[in-house]
Formats: sequence, C-alpha cells, structure tokens
Amino acid sequence: MKAAKFDYERPADLDGALRLLGGGGDVYAKVLAGGQSLGPMLNLRLAQPGLLVDVTRIPELTRVEDDGEALVLGACVTHAMIEDGKVPDVTGGALPSVAGAIAYRGVRNRGTIGGSVAHADPAADWPTALSALGAEAVVRGPSGSRTVPVSEFIVGVFETVMGEDEILEAIRIPKLSADARWGYYKVCRKPGEFADAIGAVLVDAEHSVHRLVIGATNAAPVTIADAAEVLGGNGVPGASFDLDAARRLVDGADTNLDDMERHIHAVALKRAVEQVAK
Amino acid sequence: MSTKGIGARLTRKEDGRYMRGRGNFVGDMAMSGLKEVAFLRSPVAHAKIEGIEIPDAIRARVFHNADMKGVRPMRPAASLPGFKQSDFPALAADKVRYVGEMIAACVADTRAEAEDLVEQIIVDFDELPVLANIVDAQKPGATLIHEEWGDNVFVVTSRDDDIDAVAKTAPVKVTRTYDMARQTMNPMEGAGCLAYWDERMGQLVLYSSTQAPHLIRTGLAEHLELEQRQVRVIAPDVGGGFGYKCIMQPEELAVAWLAIKLGHPVRWVQDRREHLVACANSRQHHYQVTAYADEKGRILATDVEVTVDVGAYSVWPFTAVLEASMAGGNLAGPYGLEVCRYKTFSVATNKPPFIPYRGVARAGVCFATELTVDAIAREIGREPHEVRFENLVTPDMMPYTNILNKHLDSGDYPECLRRAVDGIGLEAVRERQAKGEEDGRMVGVGIGMFTEQTAHGTSVFSGFGIPLIPGFEQAKCRVTPDGGLEIYIGVHSHGQGMETTMAQVANEILGIDPDLITVVHGDTGSSPYSTGSYASRAAVMAGGAISRTCKVLAERLGIIGAHLLQCGHHEVEVRDGKVVGPRGEVSIADVAKIWYLNPDQLPDDADPGGLEATGGYKPKVDTGSFTYSAHAAVVAVDVEIGAVELLDYVVVEDCGTMINPLVVEGQTFGGTAQGIGTGLYEESPYDDNGQPLASTFMDYIMPGATEVPDIRMVHMETPSPYTDHGIKGAGETAAIAPAAAIANAVNDALRGLGAEINETPMSPRRVLAALAGARKAAE
Ligand SMILES: Cc1cc2nc3c(=O)[nH]c(=O)nc-3n(C[C@H](O)[C@H](O)[C@H](O)COP(=O)(O)OP(=O)(O)OC[C@H]3O[C@@H](n4cnc5c(N)ncnc54)[C@H](O)[C@@H]3O)c2cc1C
Repeated sequence: MKAAKFDYERPADLDGALRLLGGGGDVYAKVLAGGQSLGPMLNLRLAQPGLLVDVTRIPELTRVEDDGEALVLGACVTHAMIEDGKVPDVTGGALPSVAGAIAYRGVRNRGTIGGSVAHADPAADWPTALSALGAEAVVRGPSGSRTVPVSEFIVGVFETVMGEDEILEAIRIPKLSADARWGYYKVCRKPGEFADAIGAVLVDAEHSVHRLVIGATNAAPVTIADAAEVLGGNGVPGASFDLDAARRLVDGADTNLDDMERHIHAVALKRAVEQVAK
Repeated sequence: MSTKGIGARLTRKEDGRYMRGRGNFVGDMAMSGLKEVAFLRSPVAHAKIEGIEIPDAIRARVFHNADMKGVRPMRPAASLPGFKQSDFPALAADKVRYVGEMIAACVADTRAEAEDLVEQIIVDFDELPVLANIVDAQKPGATLIHEEWGDNVFVVTSRDDDIDAVAKTAPVKVTRTYDMARQTMNPMEGAGCLAYWDERMGQLVLYSSTQAPHLIRTGLAEHLELEQRQVRVIAPDVGGGFGYKCIMQPEELAVAWLAIKLGHPVRWVQDRREHLVACANSRQHHYQVTAYADEKGRILATDVEVTVDVGAYSVWPFTAVLEASMAGGNLAGPYGLEVCRYKTFSVATNKPPFIPYRGVARAGVCFATELTVDAIAREIGREPHEVRFENLVTPDMMPYTNILNKHLDSGDYPECLRRAVDGIGLEAVRERQAKGEEDGRMVGVGIGMFTEQTAHGTSVFSGFGIPLIPGFEQAKCRVTPDGGLEIYIGVHSHGQGMETTMAQVANEILGIDPDLITVVHGDTGSSPYSTGSYASRAAVMAGGAISRTCKVLAERLGIIGAHLLQCGHHEVEVRDGKVVGPRGEVSIADVAKIWYLNPDQLPDDADPGGLEATGGYKPKVDTGSFTYSAHAAVVAVDVEIGAVELLDYVVVEDCGTMINPLVVEGQTFGGTAQGIGTGLYEESPYDDNGQPLASTFMDYIMPGATEVPDIRMVHMETPSPYTDHGIKGAGETAAIAPAAAIANAVNDALRGLGAEINETPMSPRRVLAALAGARKAAE
C-alpha cells in the first residue's frame, strides 16, 4: 500500500516545528523522526496526517550533553549512534547493548531514541530499557518545557502524556555508579523481531536503586521501583529470585497477558536478574 | 567431456545482473501512458454484494464485475468423480467468499492515487455466516459457499484396501493427528503484470511475473474470448514463484481486460499485504493416521484421512483437486508399503484459494508419514533410522511400482539414509544428550525422508483431467552467424539459474561455450509452446528438448563441416565447438559463417533446414523421475520459553545426473530455508470471522539469515534410466522434508518429558502447550 497524500515540512529549529504542529488549524500534523514506525503506518494508511513535520534537522534534537548527573540525548539521536559508541555511555554498557539488538542495522541507522519513546510501542526496547535506567523524557510544548520520568511518560499501548502540539526534545539518562549492575533479557522469535517479552533490572546500591521492569506486555511497561526486597536485600540478588518469584510479580502487574504469556514474561524477568547475579 | 557441460560447477550467468540490481522486473518497466491499478478487496469473508456505490467523479476510473461483460469466470474442470466446479470471476459478482477477494479495479496515474479511489467506493454487504475452518465447513447444515453444490466439499478421493485383517493381528498400532498451518509463499518479488494492446500486431501484450507464459496466454485467450494469436505473454525477470505463479491469477485477467478496455497500458504490482492476505495460500493439511507395524517396526498397513482446507475457489488450471489427491497418492513415500487405505477431502472454506506450492502436497505427506515412523520407533524402543531401514525400498527392487502406482525409477534409498545418519553424527548427538546441556536446553535429532515425483507428464496429469496437461516439450535452437547459440524455450526460469544450466546442456552436445549461448525464455512470441515451469519439470523436459535439438544441429553442422574438411560426414564429430574430422577441424563459427553468408561454399547435401531447428522430447516413461532425499536436523529446545534453535542440518539428495551441482545446492539451500519456515515460523492464522491475522511481516515470520544454519549437503547421483542424460528434477524437493525432520528432532528432544508436537509451525506457544499437556497427562 502507498501513503495517502500529505504535505511535508522540515523546520530548522524547535520553535518552527512547534509552530507547524500547533498552528495548522484543521490540518492534522505529525512529527516525523526516523520514520521507521511512522513510515509503515503511513503506507498501511493507519495514519493519514495532512502534514509531516520532519524534526531530524533540528540542532536541539540531535545534541548530546553531559549535565554532570546525567547524559542528555537529543530525541533524534539514532539507535546506530548509540550502538556505535558515537555518544558517551554512562550506563556500564546498557545503552549500546540495547541499541544493538533493536531490529537490524538498516532500521537502526534511521530509527531514533525519541521516536521509539514517543511511539510507545510496548514491544519496543527503549520504553522498557529507559524505564529500568530511570531515564526522563524532556518534553517541549508551546508553553515551555517539562520533564517526566519515562516510566510515567508512557501510559498505555501507543499512548503517552504528550499532547499533539508537543515535541519530545531529549532523553535524560542518569549516570550509574561504578558498581551498578543491569540485566536485560528479550524474548523474540528471531533477532530483529519485536519482543514477545522483556525483563529488565537495574541494581545500583550506591544510589539505592533496585528496579525491575516487565516490558513488551499489552500495556505500558510495568516498573517495580522498589524491588530491593524481592531481589533479596541490598546486595547482589541471590538465588531466591526464582521463576516463582518472577511469576508472582508478573501476575501482580497490569499486563493484559494470558497465562502462557505471563509465564514467558516471568522467564524473561528471571533471566534478566540472573545476568545481574552472575 | 566438456568442462562446461553437464556436471560442471559453473557460476550462474544471470547473477551478474541480479546482484547489481539490473534485472528487469514488471515493477521496473516504464512505458508512455502507463497507469497503475489498485484493487478494492473484500474486507469481509462471506457476504452477498447488495450494491456498489461509486462517486460520479471517479466512475470512469473504477470497474467492477458488471463492467466486465463477456469475460468468463475461471471454472476449471477436473475429471475426478464427483468434483464440483466453482465460478471464480476476476472481480466478484454477486458474492464474496474470502477476505481479500477483488471487487473493483481502480486506475490512476500512481498507485497511491489508485488507492485513493479505492477508499471512495462503498460496498453494501449482506454478511453471511463464515466458514473459517474445515470442521465448521463440513458440519451438516453449514452455510454453503457455493449454493448449488449442496455441501462444501470440492472432491473426495479414496483407496479402499482391506485393512481389518492386519488391524486384528498387528502387534503395534499408533494413531496420530497432524496439522500443517496455512502459509503463503512469499517470493521476493510478489505478483505483478502490465498489459497493453498492440495495435500493429492486433495483440494483447501482457508482461507478467509468471512461471508459465504460454499457459497464461491460453488462459487469457479463453477467458477474454480472444483468439490465441491475439495474445502474447512475456515473463521478464521473475523474482521467485514457488508455484504461486504457475496459475492464472485473477489480477492478470483483470489487468488484461482493463488494457483492452482503456486502450493504454496498465500495471498492477502486488504489495506484500495483498500477498499475505489474499494470495498464494498453501500447506494447510489435516491428517488422521493409524499405522500398524510388527515388533521390528515394519509397517504393515496405514489408514489415513487427509483433509485439505482449499479455500473458496479452484484455481485455473490446476483446480482444487491437485493437493489432496496428490497427498493420497504419495502416502507410501520411499517405503515399500503393502496395505494402504485412505480418504482425502478437499474442503471449501472462506479463505483464499489453495495454490500448488513448492513440493506440492508432499510437505504435508512427509510430515505425517515421517512423524508416524518416529512414533512407531518410540513405541517399540528402536532408533527411528532403524525403523526406516526396515521399510525402505531397496536398490534391488528398482524400478519399483508401489501400491499407489508410483513408479520409482532408480536410487539407493538405504544408502541415502546411512549417509544422513553418518552426516549428522547420530552417535555423537546421543552422547551429547546423555551429558545434558549447560544452559538447560534439550537437544534432539530427527530425520525426514521422501521421494519426489518430478517431471511427471501426460499420463499423470491426464488422470486429473484438468484443463491443461503437459505433453512433449520443444526447444528451438539457432546457431548465430558468428558461431554463438540462441536457445528458445517455453518454460521460464524464475530464479533457478536456467540461463546457465540450459546453456550447459547445449554445451554438452555442441561444445559451444556457455558464454556464447543465450537462453531466450518467457516469451510466447518467440518460444515453442510449453505448459511452463512447475512440477520440477523444466530441467528434465527443456533440458531433454535442448539436447535432442542440439543433436539435430550437430548433424547438420557435421555435413557442412565434412564438406569443408573434405571427408565423409560419418567421419566427423562435433565437439568443443568444432567439427572434427580425421585430418583436421573447422570451428562451428566458420561453418555458421558459410551457412549464412557464403552459401556458395555449401555442399549439395546441406540440410535446407539450416542451423536452426526445433526439436521435441518426452522421457521414455513419463510418470516422472523420482528424486529422493534424507534431511537430518539437530535442535536445541529451550523448554522454559518454547524456543527451538537449529544446531545442525544435513541434506543428502539424489536428483539423478546433476547438470550443475552449484545450482542444485542453491536450490537445496533455498528449499530447505523455506521448509524451515514451514517447520518453525510461517503461519497465516484466521479468526472465526475469516479475518487473516497475519497481514504484514510483523506477524508473518519468515526465516532469515539468523534462522538458517549452515546446511551441509551430501550428493548422490543415480541417473534416471528414463530421461536423457539421466536428469531428475531438483527445484522443489528441499522444501518438503525440513518440517518433518525438525519435528522429529523436537520430539526426540522432548521425549524424556513425555511431550510430543504434531503441528506446524513449532512456535514457542505450541511447544509450551505440548509441554503443559504432557505435565497434565502425568498428573
Ligand atoms: C522492521 C522493523 C523492526 C523493528 N524492530 C524493533 C525492535 O526490535 N525494537 C524496537 O525497539 N524497535 C523496533 N523497530 C522500531 C524502530 O526502533 C523505530 O525506529 C522506532 O520505534 C521509532 O523511531 P523513529 O525515529 O523511526 O520514529 P518515527 O517512525 O518517525 O515516529 C514514530 C512516532 O513517534 C512520533 N515521534 C517521533 N519523534 C518524535 C518526537 N521527537 N517528538 C514527538 N513525537 C515524535 C511520530 O509522530 C510517530 O507517531 C523496528 C522497526 C522496523 C521497521
């Protein structure tokens, strides 16, 4: 299928983009980043916007900054740049590792971290991974800027707290301490497929972080922010976190999954934790 | 022998243009005045069409059934008793019978604009109950898909051996139910066609991505009520077909009609969604098998019921009968079965029509029979390959006509199995299993064997009584004035490398370098008639025809050459591109130059037919030459998440004399990859409303580079006694066995857990369900 007719603009700055998004009257405008999710939706005519606002040439959206406590990645930083180490890593390898397992290289060359978070596909990698890392979304709208944790930014399947006249400007990823440990396990039919289940875990004892995330459900990623106890206290999680323990967490979460799917999610979570325990 | 003739590992001549992206496919063509077509396809599976509302502004660019007066619906006949014909119009008439069935054709400058037109059409449907599976379709009182039929069964075939005596005394009995998922074929290039009316020739010209240009020509002429000479069909580069493109597609009929109606060229290029939703359906077989065996596993009798979910219509010309009746006829496989009772049902449902797919019917048959062999082995506690040895037809029995009337021409089936067992390292796998895996996965090994009837001809297809039966095959060969060769054949290469292999056959006879040979195929305007490339017939049939024709040319070249060499023409021999006499030689190029440009130097006895000839061929026995094969797989099953990984894969294959082993390997790797898709990934599920649930590659999973292991291939080469050069077909075979070999490996892995899986694809969900079932049964 081919896309329905649309207009295309590529503003040079963020204000220009915001104007196009807000000012079109009855024209339905949509942000275009890497096009790796929006492109197929246009072709299948699931999305029929009157105007595409290409944000990939806006300098604010491709910036990479260290603000002391966190790494700030402009929304249009691509998966490939993160995979290739073209941006600093403050997560002990988590960022490039997750990036490198998204889809295949062609998609990673164009797909952006901001596009992935804004799209809020539960099966995508960044929503779960960034929730686990405690990242924040920096959102810019006509009335200014606000910062929302990624785990609260995504509220449902393809659903975020962003308004149609807002743009996701950047992702802010806190620096992990030296002995922080993370685990990420993705179940999918073959490399490059969207996930059937994701388990993610971050243990950063120095910052008192014991976080688990159940991802790729039929809902927003489920973040268990205070997992210290289930993980067996403040140290490195031990053998007590077995499949049953994982299953209890999955069963208790709002996932819209059937029995077999919850089992697979429990396995993913257990295996993610095993990575931390190793 | 020539170093570039039959048997040479020549790299493919056509690959240069393909690898550089310089092929010429339907989608690449440019033509002035060309417009694009998009079809409105039914969103519902079963409904009466009460009305079609088209805005006046676009009415002139939208066409539906009522506009296509004089175009006949496809209604192929078959002579099997009780077969019911179906009317399959290019655009639906009063009723739609599957999601994706075409209702209207819209014409615009671009495909996107044509799709804009599609969106403006409103169809008033009166929805009918939907038959989304074979069980519902066979229930008494079920809705009728074709009202005049009285039920929903295209045809029933059967064989009624007396099985009761064996059943009473047989010490071993196993009963199983098997299910193959519905699949689509997914060639890299989907279907597509471009048509225009050539005023000068008084001809409809259709470029189509087809395997069978002559067959499409015949079909178009009949259905558009044109004379055959008024139709020319050209297949340009074709990016795979796998059987989908050996039938006349409703889109071809519609586009051809539009071109005549509109007077300008029109084109339709299928997109992947159309392919997945509405086209190229296959594989969905259901089996109920009971096998009786002795204590050693020798099979005494089988009792089988096959039901094929053939969808809503018969395709032209192969109909809906081919699949199930071939399933019945192939139940003996490579085994010396003595008693077999079967019944096959071809059931109509509200799904797209079934189309013959690489390894027609055999992938299902192989799955059912090979899993049954392994079930017997588990039952009696023997190694599955030992049970196979008890049953295989042996070389001393060849040629062997089995009880289902398959005439197995040659081969050493037990040796094939031995090599597979050795090749996969069975003993090492058993040791590995005993040790267990560090990561907790379960390892298993499995084998799948089959025979494949290839190039089966007149006597087989006439049994189906379908509209078009293959017969003799012809080739036209022309030596060019500079000593090159042009070969014109009516089959079409849609990826098999025939521009290379067919040149090698000619080289074998004439010694002309394949680089100097052009194979012209796919054009009804230039080549002899052929029913096309299907049934793994092209290498055998066109190869044989080329060989025969080149021999005629060799004779004629010899006469002229002998004259130039001043010797008798029985004293000369044509080889290495030369006419060689007792005292000297002259090149074919020199002979050709004299024939065309200096006829003053010709001998009196020169054949006036010249250096161009058309010859024909049919093998001595036309029931087919039987390629056979054993596939062996090692898998690791992650029993927590149900994932199956292929660790190793061996194919032992004997396709008779190999024209080019490299090409045989290419076909085998590709076929095996497709079979891996059947076994582990590919599936077109439908919900109860007949809605397809896999409409993009998000949901329809194909194996890719990471899912296909290094396939280790072992060649055997037993020439067919019946075909020229001993060639057997090799195109389809490898797609047949992977699902069976993998399933046997998975079941071997899960044996200790008491779980067994008898369905394709073996998705995580199915593996976990089998494990859960076993746990429940144990409780
Ligand atoms: C074959 C294939 C396989 C894939 N596999 C995976 C996978 O395994 N894991 C995975 O995580 N992803 C996968 N993806 C998705 C890919 O990662 C996309 O790149 C990503 O989801 C969207 O990013 P994008 O830049 O392409 O966004 P686009 O497609 O351009 O946009 C997506 C949506 O987000 C909105 N948007 C984009 N940027 C912004 C912004 N800055 N502010 C506000 N709204 C914005 C758009 O309006 C649109 O609605 C796959 C994609 C393909 C095609």
